[in-house]
Amino acid sequence: MLKIRRDFVDEIVAHARRDHPDEACGVIAGKEGSDEPERFIPMVNAARSPTFYEFDSGDLLKLYREMDARDEVPVVIYHSHTATEAYPSRTDIAYASEPEAHYVLVSTRDPETYEFRSYRIVDGVVTEEDVEVVEPSTKADTGSDGLHED
Amino acid sequence: MAVTVSIPTILRSHTDGAKSVEAAGSTVLEVLDDIESRHSGLKERLVKDSKLHRFVNVYVNDEDVRFVGGLDAEVSDGDTVTILPAVAGGAR
Repeated sequence: MLKIRRDFVDEIVAHARRDHPDEACGVIAGKEGSDEPERFIPMVNAARSPTFYEFDSGDLLKLYREMDARDEVPVVIYHSHTATEAYPSRTDIAYASEPEAHYVLVSTRDPETYEFRSYRIVDGVVTEEDVEVVEPSTKADTGSDGLHED
Repeated sequence: MAVTVSIPTILRSHTDGAKSVEAAGSTVLEVLDDIESRHSGLKERLVKDSKLHRFVNVYVNDEDVRFVGGLDAEVSDGDTVTILPAVAGGAR
C-alpha cells in the first residue's frame, strides 16, 4: 500500500495538468527503508511527448547523487498518461527498474476528474496497490525548511 | 588503473549487495569486462549487441558516456563510473 500526503497528491496532479497534453514525471524521495514519501521533486520530461517520458540523463545523475547524499531513495516515481488510463504500459513495465518504488500513474484524459493509481513493478510483473491519502497535518514536520524551536 | 563503479539497487544482486565496486580498465568496456570477471551476469544487463542497452545510463564522472564514445569512452585512474537505470516510460 502507498501512504501519501494529500499535498503531494495535489502537487502531482497539478504537475500533470500543467504539462498536459505532454506526459509529466517526477519522484518523491524518502529516507531509505522508511517507505515514506517526503520530498517532492518534479522532473523535466526530456522527451516532451504526449506518449513518452524520460528523465534527462544529466538531471537523473544529479537526482541520484543528491538522494545518495541524503540517504534517500525514490519512494514514489510518478508520471502521467494524458489520453489513456492510469495503468502501466508495456513501455512503463520494460523500463521499470526500482523494485522498491511505488510507481504512481495519473491520467489527465478527463479534464474534470483524474485517476491516481499506484503499482509495484517487479521483474515485469505489475501489482496494483491501495493508496491511502493522509492529511499533511499528521505529518507536518518534513524537516525540509530547517525550522527549529529551541 | 583503478576506478570506482557505482552500482544501482537493481543490479546489486550481481555484486553481493555492494553499492560500489573497484575495477580496472582504460575504457568503459574494459571496466565492465573487469567487473564481469568477478561478478558474472552484470555485463549482459548493460550491454546488448556491443552497445549500451537503451534502458541504462552510464556516466564517467559527470559525463553521460553516450556523448563521449559510448562503451569506448575513456576512463582514467581515480574516475567514478556511475551506472543508473533510465527513468522512462509512457503510454506509447
